[in-house]
Amino acid sequence: MAEVTQLIHEYLRHDKKFPHVLCPGCGHGILLGSLIRSVHALGIPKDDVALVAGIGCSGRVAVYVDFNTVHAVHGRALTVATGIKMAKPDMHVIVVQGDGDALSIGGNHFIHAARRNIGLTVLVLNNFIYGMTGGQCSSATPLGCWSTTTPYGQMEKSFDFVEMTRAAGANFVSRGTVFHVKTLDKLVRQALVHPGFSLVEVLTPCHTQFGRKNKFKSPVDMYQWLKKAAMPLEAYEKLDPDKRAGRIPIGVFVDNHEPALETRYAAMRAKLAKG
Amino acid sequence: MKPDIQIDRFEICLSGLGGQGVITLGKVMGKALALGHGFNVAQTQSYGPEARGGASRTDLVISTRPISYPKTDKIDLLVALSQEACNKYYPLMKPQAVLLVNTTLVKQIPTNQYLGLPFTEMSIDRLGLPQAMNTIVLGAVTFLLPFARRSLIRKSLEESLPAKIVDVNVKALNMGYREASKAFGQPPAIWAAMTVADNGNGDTEKAAPKKPTAKKAPKAP
Amino acid sequence: MSAKRKTAAREIFALGAEAVVEGALLAGCSFYGGYPITPSSEIMEGMAERLPRTEDGVFIQMEDEIASLGACIGASLAGRKVMTATSGPGFSLMQELIGYACMIEAPLVLVNVMRGGPSTGLPTSPAQGDVQQARWGTHGDHSIIVLSATDVQDCLHMTVKAFNFAEKYRTPVILLLDEVTAHTREKITVPLAQDLEILYRLQPSMPPEWYKPFEETVRGVPPMPPLGSGYRFHVTGLTHDDHGYPTQKPDEVVAAISRQFRKIDQFFFDIQITDEFLTGDAEVGVVAYGSVARSAHLAVEQARERGIKAGLIDLKTLFPFPRAAVEGLLRRCRTVIVPEMNMGQISREVKRVNPGTSTVWTINRVDGHIITPKQILESIRKG
Repeated sequence: MAEVTQLIHEYLRHDKKFPHVLCPGCGHGILLGSLIRSVHALGIPKDDVALVAGIGCSGRVAVYVDFNTVHAVHGRALTVATGIKMAKPDMHVIVVQGDGDALSIGGNHFIHAARRNIGLTVLVLNNFIYGMTGGQCSSATPLGCWSTTTPYGQMEKSFDFVEMTRAAGANFVSRGTVFHVKTLDKLVRQALVHPGFSLVEVLTPCHTQFGRKNKFKSPVDMYQWLKKAAMPLEAYEKLDPDKRAGRIPIGVFVDNHEPALETRYAAMRAKLAKG
Repeated sequence: MKPDIQIDRFEICLSGLGGQGVITLGKVMGKALALGHGFNVAQTQSYGPEARGGASRTDLVISTRPISYPKTDKIDLLVALSQEACNKYYPLMKPQAVLLVNTTLVKQIPTNQYLGLPFTEMSIDRLGLPQAMNTIVLGAVTFLLPFARRSLIRKSLEESLPAKIVDVNVKALNMGYREASKAFGQPPAIWAAMTVADNGNGDTEKAAPKKPTAKKAPKAP
Repeated sequence: MSAKRKTAAREIFALGAEAVVEGALLAGCSFYGGYPITPSSEIMEGMAERLPRTEDGVFIQMEDEIASLGACIGASLAGRKVMTATSGPGFSLMQELIGYACMIEAPLVLVNVMRGGPSTGLPTSPAQGDVQQARWGTHGDHSIIVLSATDVQDCLHMTVKAFNFAEKYRTPVILLLDEVTAHTREKITVPLAQDLEILYRLQPSMPPEWYKPFEETVRGVPPMPPLGSGYRFHVTGLTHDDHGYPTQKPDEVVAAISRQFRKIDQFFFDIQITDEFLTGDAEVGVVAYGSVARSAHLAVEQARERGIKAGLIDLKTLFPFPRAAVEGLLRRCRTVIVPEMNMGQISREVKRVNPGTSTVWTINRVDGHIITPKQILESIRKG
């Protein structure tokens, strides 16, 4: 407990902004905790961290934490982060986005940032819904689920963040949940030090906007669903394909070590300087 | 260098088909007149899908005073390398302007008062390189412009081109200059006042016209 | 030879677009994020070639114009002088992030080489249809600096000015060119950086624990350290207090928005640049900008040759609108003519500031061709 208090004092901003805007049962705070523990464990100075966030509940995470924080406009967090990383390649540039921010409005930027393999750590908080704005569907809302803009059920298929990011060419692609905190800590730590574009898709419950409309009685129900549905990738792969329905693999899906964009760029500039 | 004569808005319109190298011609000429000769030059061009295969045009305004309007207002020299360009831009000429046409492609010339050389034919028959046609034109125009010096134009040409095609283009430039001098005798008399004295390097073969003659209409060779 | 050249100003025969590149590099631009679009691509191509050859220059081609401006904003926060260039369709895409840059007070230079519109319009032809969009295009009330350039040498100098204003006032600056200006080649002098006034954004001298990123200051412009320099702070597109934290308190909202206006508008005398030609005794005035100002210049000369007392104000600053200079012309002239390659955009401003002493005529052209001196001269003769 003492350790937690110490981390809170060191990493959260005290001058304003508490209590926070997040609802009871929200998983965003768990990811924020995981991020703080990971940065602390890796010994990265706060000055060296730029945290860029998009719009939505995930975007508000940035204001609470004592890094260099940038709250961008909807969907464009990755573009701003790209500018920061290319201008200051030695900084740890972390991007926190929601599912709507990352792959609905920001889908094009997401694909291209992954393709460029630029050295960003991208944490996508996937709660399957637009939470802050009142529960409208996103490109991650599963088929058949209800939201305020799919009152008769979602007819469109949802994005698979992991497969999309893999296909686009990112170096490191992983998925975790806010229930499996130890795994999440490990994934975030790996993503922070991995060169190139590193994704952690973080499944997180939004009971207020998603759960209540989709037959989850309480936030606890949602955590229990995550607990049951998620399983390690290795075990999932061994599973009979018929039994995979409803199960969600978590772990590291892609672990490549191609040079990041900023590394290639630095090499080109050095070569030009030699003449 | 500072020019030793005064020019107030001498306007050239180079026109032809997309692919004939009209814009490159304008660029090389503009650079030579601006940096080599020291004139103020504004070179503009019409871009566009129509520039590929269709009409292509670049304008040069040359002046010893600052240039206001960068496009041609009243053309002093129209170079028309295709029939379409000739038809389109002929009406924009000053009453006393000079028309230089590519007689290979311009079959119906809208006036009897013109200068002509078969540029396309010359490039194919004598150089075996139709792409060098624009450089032959550059040579001819260098002869016609009393304020242009062949050595400076050649220098600009050499600087603008990749090394392996410099020789053939210098050959084309000289051919254009020589043929123009053979066909036209001397630069148009109306421009005599703009003639520069020979700088002693032997790079200016043009002699100022002895007497201001009425504008002549040489036959196409 | 090369060492010698560095010690003196150079003469080059260059496109307006290339002059923008020279100006940007002289001003210290070290980051370009862009997306190619006719007729602005020559600027991007120039930066692609030059920036990687500088000590810390970064060039990146983004996936669209939204991303281009996003990357520029990120790099600006990281302390770089940044630029992007685009044309109509791309400019429309950038509007959202222009507002963001205004709100977080990120210095940047955005060059818009105007082409015919609306929509895809006339990609290779000149127009001036984005003037009011440059002023009002992004949503929400804001102040912004919009500049223009007349000829190729001007492209270089106004680009340097644009960077200086961006840095001095912590604001996006929009440089509006048109296709004719960007695609005209002329002989220009590239001066040495040491012979130019080059400005940099104010840096905090106070210790980090005292620093508030959006605090009121003498000039209304707060100091701006680069990210990662020890001054950790928050920036957001939400309306924020002087710490940068979101706020909805009316007094804090009013303070923030009014300071953003004031920091630019109160220095109008520094920002408004005009070039006057024979306006002293003019009876017929012309107000023009961009390449059309060159047509107007020749038309005024031709009118004077005919004994008509004509004069020209060439607007290098479009916004904040150079009211004092134009008002002076309106008071002196019986007729003021505003030729523009649009259906009438700056003429709205001229009419707005007209004290009633002059008749304002417009000449409008939207067919993809520059307004000719002849058109303007005809109008002057009737005026």
